Amino acid sequence: MGRTQRRNLLNNVMLALTGVCTFLTVAVLFVILGFLLWNGFRSLDWNFFTKLPLSPGETGGGLANAIVGSGITILIAVVIGVPVGFFGGVYLAEFGGKTFPMFVRYTADLLNGVPSIVIGIFAWTVVVVPMHTFSAWAGGFALSLMMIPIGLRSTEQFLRAIPSSMREGSLALGATKTQTIMKVIVPAARQGILTGLILGVARVAGETAPLLFTSLNNQYWSEKLTEPTATLPVMIYKLAISPYDDWHRQAWAAGLVLLGLVLIANIAARWVLARGAAVQRG
Amino acid sequence: MAGTAIIAAPPQPAAQKFIKRLRDGDKAAHLITLIFAASVFLVTVFLIFELWIHSSASRGKFGLGFLFTTTWDPNAENFGALPFIYGTVLTSFLALLISVPLAVGAAIFLSELAPPKLSNTCTFLIELLAAVPSVIYGLLAIFTLVPLMRSYVEPFLKKTLGFLPLFKGPAYGFGYLTAGLILAIMTFPFIISISRESLLSVPREQREAALALGATKWESTWQVVVPYARLGIIGSIFLALARALGETMAVTMVIGNDTTIHSSLIAPGYTIAAIIANEFAEATSDIHHDALVELGLVLFLITIILNASAQLLILATTKKGSKRD
Repeated sequence: MGRTQRRNLLNNVMLALTGVCTFLTVAVLFVILGFLLWNGFRSLDWNFFTKLPLSPGETGGGLANAIVGSGITILIAVVIGVPVGFFGGVYLAEFGGKTFPMFVRYTADLLNGVPSIVIGIFAWTVVVVPMHTFSAWAGGFALSLMMIPIGLRSTEQFLRAIPSSMREGSLALGATKTQTIMKVIVPAARQGILTGLILGVARVAGETAPLLFTSLNNQYWSEKLTEPTATLPVMIYKLAISPYDDWHRQAWAAGLVLLGLVLIANIAARWVLARGAAVQRG
Repeated sequence: MAGTAIIAAPPQPAAQKFIKRLRDGDKAAHLITLIFAASVFLVTVFLIFELWIHSSASRGKFGLGFLFTTTWDPNAENFGALPFIYGTVLTSFLALLISVPLAVGAAIFLSELAPPKLSNTCTFLIELLAAVPSVIYGLLAIFTLVPLMRSYVEPFLKKTLGFLPLFKGPAYGFGYLTAGLILAIMTFPFIISISRESLLSVPREQREAALALGATKWESTWQVVVPYARLGIIGSIFLALARALGETMAVTMVIGNDTTIHSSLIAPGYTIAAIIANEFAEATSDIHHDALVELGLVLFLITIILNASAQLLILATTKKGSKRD
């Protein structure tokens, strides 16, 4: 075989291999979706949404308390995390000087990279230890810490993308800086900011590790925010590692619901962003 | 003239007051947003402080030896971190060994060969993989990957490579190799999407020059484009490594929870994140909690160093790309 032929052969083989790599990685997604749809739909029924978990051996229980618990902890996370992320982002984009915003940006990236289990430890030390109880508050606080960096950086990024002519136009009409920000800049960037919010919620909705020893788990309804609270991700974990078939069935159903919500949120975020871009161009 | 001036004068202080109030509003807004931005900074500093304080008992009792001893006995209150550090490093290393060739190959295909529409669709699908919660990876791993490893892959490895110490012992399905495999799948999206970005930011001229010199498409890609984007690719691998080291749920569900060190890849083991996840809520003694917090501190330090280096590398390539464009 000649040199040219060898080079061409190598070319074709290697390029084909990169195609195989792509196929394999994309195939993983479809395998995951397929398994979850197959096992999830077989297990999903109306009881899942309305009943409490039952003891092993009984069939027909559900995870209603975990669905509500997840909603509550995420709501707490949004209430704490969104203002910090939003106003912090406004500061970085509109008010900040040079040095201090750089520090904030750096620490936000650092916080974003902290392993979720370590976030859980932190929430345990500052909420669970002083309150002497596992609680929805602690879980929500842990999740809010994971939302803040996403909200902060996306708010900043989308505010910065607004052309400075809009700021100058508003200031030239006599508006103050605050009026300019609240009535001109933020509305113009609202799609991007909304996207950041949705992505933040989607990220924390599936987090398990920070909740393991903050909101813990609960077989029953939690009546107060200061009680251990069941959440969907922690339930999936506990049910999946249990030895009971009926609990495994519940885990698949819960996995399907959780993944469905997370993927829908992600696709919705992209859709909002794409529509925003289309509106601005049009 | 003077009369009109006197008549016109009264509204002016009011208007000035109004404008002053607005200006003060700007100051207030500045201050409020500053407080929120500063809180991000303070919370992160406080996080490090709390990890340090709450690990004091363990740091005082075991010192640096904590990192190099292998006993983990909560009843005797004797703690050493080595089995967990070993497991964390080993599983992450296995993950990268599997995912780097596949993911970089896919990134090359998506940036160099695939038509833009196919490339964007595939990237979108792969980025969705990054959004799948880790507990769901764990759920799938327990019920699909573990039985597969136990019945087929591990017996096969033992039969063909069993003479190596790496593949000795019974095939449980739970262990370092299974954890590495699920971590590999979880790191695909990070490596692919960032590597693809850095490959795409390589200027066209680089490719054209190589092709004009008679290089084949592969030679131009492998010898010119990939080296040009190497910092970004290495950055993406660092980022993936940081994710893999800190990953908790999926690993906890398949690692097998064994606090001894095994040389065999198919043996059960433990990782830092997994031991914290399993024991933290049940730990009763202070020293047990402190030892777990210290493990968290170790994990935190490793991941922030990796993350910082990854960001510097990625920044370096994107800067280089845009400068020469």
